[in-house]
Amino acid sequence: MAVKVSSEKIKEYLIVPLIAIILALLCGGIFIKASGASPIEAYKLIFKGALGSTRAMTEVSIKMAPLLLAGLSLGIAFSTGAFAIAAEGQILIGGLAAGVVGVYFGGISSWLLVPLCMIAAMIAGGLWGAIPGALYAYRKLDIVINSIMFNYIAFYLVNYFIAGPFMDPAGEFPQSAPLVEAAWYPRLISRLHLGVVVAIIVAIGVYWLVCKTPFGIKIQACGFNRKAAKYAGINVKGTILTTLIISGALAGLAGAGEVMGLHHRVFSNFSSLYGWNAIAVALLGRLHPLGIILSAAFWAILMVGANSMQRVLQIPSSLIVVIQSITIFFILASELSKRKIYVFKFIKEKLKSLENKRNGGDTHVSN
Amino acid sequence: MFLTNVLASAIRIMTPYLYGSLGGIYSARAGVVNIAIEGMMLIGAFSGFYGAYTSGSAWIGVLVAIIAGATVGLLLAFMSVHVGTNQVVTGTVINLGAVGLTSFLFTQKFGKIAIVQIEKLHVVPIPYLSSIPVLGKIFFNNSVLTYLAFLLVPITWWFFYKTSKGLNVRAVGENPSAADSLGIRVSVVRYVCPMISGAIAAVGGAFLSLDLLPIFMENMSAGKGFIALAALVLGKRHPVGVVISSFIFGIAEAIQFRIQIYDFIQIPVEFLQMLPYVAAVIALAGFIGKSVPPAAVGKPFFKE
Repeated sequence: MAVKVSSEKIKEYLIVPLIAIILALLCGGIFIKASGASPIEAYKLIFKGALGSTRAMTEVSIKMAPLLLAGLSLGIAFSTGAFAIAAEGQILIGGLAAGVVGVYFGGISSWLLVPLCMIAAMIAGGLWGAIPGALYAYRKLDIVINSIMFNYIAFYLVNYFIAGPFMDPAGEFPQSAPLVEAAWYPRLISRLHLGVVVAIIVAIGVYWLVCKTPFGIKIQACGFNRKAAKYAGINVKGTILTTLIISGALAGLAGAGEVMGLHHRVFSNFSSLYGWNAIAVALLGRLHPLGIILSAAFWAILMVGANSMQRVLQIPSSLIVVIQSITIFFILASELSKRKIYVFKFIKEKLKSLENKRNGGDTHVSN
Repeated sequence: MFLTNVLASAIRIMTPYLYGSLGGIYSARAGVVNIAIEGMMLIGAFSGFYGAYTSGSAWIGVLVAIIAGATVGLLLAFMSVHVGTNQVVTGTVINLGAVGLTSFLFTQKFGKIAIVQIEKLHVVPIPYLSSIPVLGKIFFNNSVLTYLAFLLVPITWWFFYKTSKGLNVRAVGENPSAADSLGIRVSVVRYVCPMISGAIAAVGGAFLSLDLLPIFMENMSAGKGFIALAALVLGKRHPVGVVISSFIFGIAEAIQFRIQIYDFIQIPVEFLQMLPYVAAVIALAGFIGKSVPPAAVGKPFFKE
């Protein structure tokens, strides 16, 4: 992914996602029309609801932060060709670790405690990525299934801790005690917390890592052609494992952001499905760190805007999830044009005959 | 008495897992990864509920679920065979879309909660057999869909291991180019199998929304499809294997419900809930005999 802006790159990173979004919005429009509202008004409400006021934009940023970090996590993992859809579990485990440090390590200055919580989250998330990662890289075990299983194991592990050893002694609900205030991400404006800034800085860092360093080239090589990478002297297994650990650490940091910036406690399912949504965010961003910044923002806009659409037009906000999925389907379907595979044989034959005619007609010119 | 009750509810709990994992076999054996079992179940649960609501008959609901599930299978097949996208990604997006679509349609039609009277699937005791002392209560006093799930086990086994069509499917999953050179139409197999897979998984979903308490809730399948996936892996993609693994998961869940009541087993509930997933990881790692997927699973095949 050496950054050299060619028309091919523009097509892949900008045109394809934009067309996918437009087509998905059109499809969503049919649903809106069917529920008896005006699609244009609905979309106006979505974007106004997400970007119309400072408060709305704050909400968008808050939702964008975990999506961005988890999206980067998956983007970097997918770049190696390993479909480790493990972010959901890593968010939970990372948040749990940050929570444990933040609850029990009171009395330390915020300057020390906040980084300590973040590091704990990254180590825990990294570990959660390392286990399926090592099983995959060194024992060739199916990383997809292992990742899904680890997501659920993480979910129940968090449930166990918040109802057992880590439960708030003063409370009755299965949730942890509040983090000491020194462990909170400082607030910038109203609810906007440092996590958003962290996410953007990390995104730039990941961009630098993937696109500007030798290690990034190794990642790309593993994703592109593992055999060739091996012949070129790259330690493929090591690169994949390292990448998956970094990937886990990034998702863990997303979990830390939720706990330290927003909830200030650990409770069941605080990850709010960001880890699953991040799969789509990574794909829409075409696995490119800068693309993922844009797609995470877009995703957050839809999520926040959906609520105001629901309030005014009574259209269920879950429509947004439909639009999001359709977007990804169109992104996936763009492969169709790349591979030149046609759904109907006759189209293929027609195009072939046209091409033959043209080639036959001007062979002397092209030669 | 306690044991009988636990086993009886284990049989009921395992029914959707059995449907999901049996469905998974059809897809996996043809070389198409089906991560979308969860989404197919959810679609099945909604369409089953909706079909029963509009038609007034639970069985028409099941039929609607079958059609809807097969349609989702068709989508998975199209993306895998013709577009050649990563099947894991396609499956994940289907899961996401299923949550969105079902809760959109449901909220649109019924509002937040639906308390509607619809026909449910009744428990049909099998004559004579149901009066056998213990076994009768456990096995022969269930809903028809439960019997059907168990009936599908020998049928699936017979199909894959006793018919030439089944052999063809397995050949496609192991080595599509060799199968192609033998004249098997790989793309047809890879269309039909995911559709069967979707239909079967959707019946499992319909069981959720029509059995016992006919009700639909947003995201009703709630990870059951992933437990079915774990059962599929633990059962080594073999019909007999998945019955055993589904049964283990069913019994773990049945015990879990009773722990709160009896409080005699000192295991935190969460660890029992974790069991299916841990078991699948261990099975994958090869500690209970290696669970090896078909060689060509997940790889698109393009005839050239």
